[in-house]
Formats: sequence, C-alpha cells, structure tokens
Amino acid sequence: MTTEPPVDSPEVAPQISSPTRPMYWSIRRELWENRSIYAAPVVTACITLFGFLVSTITLPHRMRAAIAADPGKLHGVVEMPYDMTAGLILVTAFLVGVFYCLDTLYGERRDRSILFWKSLPVSDRTTVLAKAAIPLVVLPLFSYALILITQLIILIMNTIMLLGSPAHLAALYQNLKFFQLSVALLYAVIVIALWHAPVYCWLLLVSGWAKRATFLWAVMPFLAIGVFTKIALGSASFFTFLANRLGGWFNKAFLVHEKGTPHLERLASLTPGTFLSTPALWLGLIFAAICLAVTVRMRRYREPI
Amino acid sequence: MACIEAHGLRKAFGDTIALDGVDLHVEEGRILGIIGPNGAGKSTALHAILGLTPYQGELKVLGRDPWSQRDDLMRDVSFIADVAVMPRGMRVSQALEYVAGVHPRFDRAKAESLLAKTNIKHTSKVRELSKGMVTQLHLALVMAIDAKLLVLDEPTLGLDILYRKQFYDSLLNDYFDRSRTIIVTTHQVDEIQDVLTDVMFINQGRIVMECGMEEFESRYVELMVRPENLAAARAYKPMHERHVFGRSILLFDKANRDELVALGDLRTPGIADLFVAVMGRNGADQ
Repeated sequence: MTTEPPVDSPEVAPQISSPTRPMYWSIRRELWENRSIYAAPVVTACITLFGFLVSTITLPHRMRAAIAADPGKLHGVVEMPYDMTAGLILVTAFLVGVFYCLDTLYGERRDRSILFWKSLPVSDRTTVLAKAAIPLVVLPLFSYALILITQLIILIMNTIMLLGSPAHLAALYQNLKFFQLSVALLYAVIVIALWHAPVYCWLLLVSGWAKRATFLWAVMPFLAIGVFTKIALGSASFFTFLANRLGGWFNKAFLVHEKGTPHLERLASLTPGTFLSTPALWLGLIFAAICLAVTVRMRRYREPI
Repeated sequence: MACIEAHGLRKAFGDTIALDGVDLHVEEGRILGIIGPNGAGKSTALHAILGLTPYQGELKVLGRDPWSQRDDLMRDVSFIADVAVMPRGMRVSQALEYVAGVHPRFDRAKAESLLAKTNIKHTSKVRELSKGMVTQLHLALVMAIDAKLLVLDEPTLGLDILYRKQFYDSLLNDYFDRSRTIIVTTHQVDEIQDVLTDVMFINQGRIVMECGMEEFESRYVELMVRPENLAAARAYKPMHERHVFGRSILLFDKANRDELVALGDLRTPGIADLFVAVMGRNGADQ
C-alpha cells in the first residue's frame, strides 16, 4: 500500500460535483451491512433442495401410488415440492425482514454510526425509505428469483428421475403448470408484501424509537391489548385480528380450494379483485404510511444511545 | 461572509442548561478551537451547528438554518462528530463507494491517495481496523469532501501522539486552504495551539473568552518571575499564579511587557494554562 506514489497536492481540488444516487446507494449499503438479507433465504433454498434431492428418488413410487388410488390427487403429489419450496423461502424472508426492521434503526444508534450517516447529504426520508424498501421490495424480488431458480433445479431433478418412465414424465408435465406457478408466485409475493407492509413499518418505527428491548416494545402492546380484551370482554377478536394481519392475505387473494370440488388451474384461483377491495389491506397501508412518516420525523431527533 | 452567525443560542435538557444564550460569529477561512471542560456545552453547540439537535435562538450556518435546511447544508458541511462511528460491518472499499455515490463533492481519487499513505487495506472491514486506522479512514473520507465547513468534535480522542501529530499536519497541509472553515474541540489543547487562528473558551453553556491567536499572543504574557521580584510582579495584578519547581509563574492580561521583562523571563502562555487561569477566575466569580 505504501509503495504507491504520493499524489497529494496542497492546491485546492477543482470544484467537482458528481451526480449522486442516494436511494440506490442507501439500499446497497443496507445489503453490505446485513448479509442475512440474502444469505438466510439462500441457506433455506439449499436445505430445501437437498431434501427434495433425496425425496425425488421416491417420486416414481409416489406417483404410481397416487394414480392407483385417485388420479385427481396426482397434481398434489407433483406440485408439493414446488409449493413447499416457495413457502419455506417466503417464511424465511419474512423472518429476515422482521428482524432486520427491528434492528436497523436501533443498531445505528447503538453503534453510533448514525453520526456517520448523518454527516452525509442523505435525508432522513431517503434513509428510512431505503430501509423500508428492504422488506417491501428487495426481499420479495430476491425471494421470487431465488424460488424460481430452486424450483427449476427441482424440476430438472424430477425430470432426470423420471426419464426411465415416459408415462410418468408425461404425467409430471401434464400436472405441473410451471409457467402458471411462476405467475401465481409473483402475484403472491406482491400480495404478501402489501399485506405485511404495516407489520414491517411498525417494526421500523419501534426500532427508531426504543432505547432498548425493541422486540418487547414491538410485541408487548399488542399482546397486552389482546390479553386485556380476552379477560375483560371475553373476546378473542383482537387475537383474530393479529392472526389475520399475518396470514389473512391468503383467503383474500386466492380462492381456497375446498375438498370435493374439482381442481382449479392455478391462475384461475387468483382473486386480485377481492384482495384489492379488502378494507383491511388499505387500512394497513395507511397505517404503514403513518408509521413511516413518524419514523422519518423521529430520526431527525435521534442521537446515539 | 460569516460562516457561522448565532444570536442567543439556547438549549436545555430538562433542568440542565447546555447553552445559555451564546452569541457566535465565525468568519470564513478560520480555524477555531473550542475549549471547555466536560459538560460545558461544546458538543451541544456543535450539534446545533450541524443540525443534529433543535435549539432556541438564531443560528445561521453558511447562510442556512441548520435545523430546517439540514439536508441542503450537509452538501457543504462535513464533520467527525465522534471517533469510531464508522459503520463496522462495511469494507473500506465499500465506504469509499458509498460516499462517492451519495456526496456530490467527494473526490474519490483524493481519498484513495490519502489512504495510500496509510496501512489501511481496501478489503478490510472497519471492525478489523485499529482505532487509529478507523480515524485515518474517516479523516481520509472527510478530507476528500470539498466542504466549506469542517467540524471536528474530539477527533483525536484515544489516539496516540504520533497519530495526533499526523492528523493535524495532514489537516493543515492537505486540506486547509484559507477559504474553508474548521472548528475543532479537543482536550489536548496545547497540541493545536499552532494550528488555530482563533480560540474560544466555553463553560456552563456560556462563552467565557474568545480571541484570535494573534491577539492571544500580544495580549497574554506569562512571566517566570525571579523570587526576589515576586512582590513587585504581583503589583501588576496577574490574572493567575502558579508554581513550577519552586518558581512562580504569573499570567498577565494586557500587561506592559517592557516593565515586566525586568522581573523575570517572559513567554507566550499555552492555551491550557490560560484556560486554567480563566476557568479558575470564572469559578471564583460564582
């Protein structure tokens, strides 16, 4: 390092004014600082892949059993690995997003790096929006790409396994509509991001506000309300409300397949109209926007802790 | 044009008054040292100037209100508000990329050339660097920013004397160009005596003394008095008296040097000695 020629000069550097992209670089630096954002979903994908690598050995056997019992259930057997992969990676992404949001604005105050970030011409709004973009944009898109790749590898594994029996291979491609799965998955990823936006934004707010124990501050108020209403009013509706905030998107955005009804094509089960006309979606988004606005405003006043 | 202009700057944390009506006027191109005991209000004053904390009173930095126009102001101001605030998970190369990506006045080549003079590797993470290296890195980034005002709050805290010396040499030789303004606070007062153009003492939220270094040198004089002349010297009303190795050292404000020189050896006092004298007198007033 020291062998390089000294280039310093006491003269004034020429007036430079290079174009800047604060939002882009703010998101990049979040990824540099929080490698779990992409590492954790990748680990989940690898574990899932390994599991299905082993289970694909028994695929011909399971397909035979399904055809013998009830041919209508074949698509279930065939689609299971693809749906499960998607589900596991999305759950991982959710957990990563939750813990990222809880820590990010708290962490920069705890390690005092907030003073470094604030010394640069990046507004609090840009900073907070970049942080919100991690669980709302970056993680969903990354998860989507990762799921597609993982599913493709599983598809290749399945295909190789079934090369020996053309009838099963044909049945695989007949029952597995990969394109439809992919489109429905993109839809689901967007739906989940919108539905969970208030959760992430609330966690960001707590992260920017709490001086310690961010997790408790984020969770306890809701538990307290739930327990109180349960004891005082004998009503579990608040817990239902909380559960709905986590998993309620599914019933609104998809037609739930009931037992005994004929199997639906994947794309035919999407109900974006119902989803978009759900008041809980819009109330949640309004709550998310308020949380973000408060978080931006609050960061102006924040100092290291 | 004034770089900083403040009138009646006031800030309280509950019952504690951190700034008690400070008036401040800093011209462009000065290097101002703010000296004060812990809790005197130095950091609060700097945080107000940097728009990090709300305040009462009037304050303009480079013609802007630092609280309401902070985002705009930060294009022209850079600061090291504390040592060791560099994000620990970042690599050196990433820190360079990031600052280059968000700061319109960052000269990456200059930062690289400053870093080339250190032992810092581009691939290192900040957490792997020693405390001195982190400060060098932060300083390299800050000095490569073409800012109009640089604020340094205890920039050399915890660094050994070699780093501290390098730090101020580098600041003067590679950065300061007489159109920029630098404000620095430190407890190692005497080390920056030759660096400063102005000095200010602050105590309990008030400015207790301020003057330019030229005025400082002409106004204050220290007399190492010969024992037999002690009574005569005291008649000139020294502002402070101390004893070193059995000899009395008297500090005078605006004394007649021609008369004093007959009583002992004259010299310019250190900022630290004047600080002790002023603070002692200040304390006695209350």
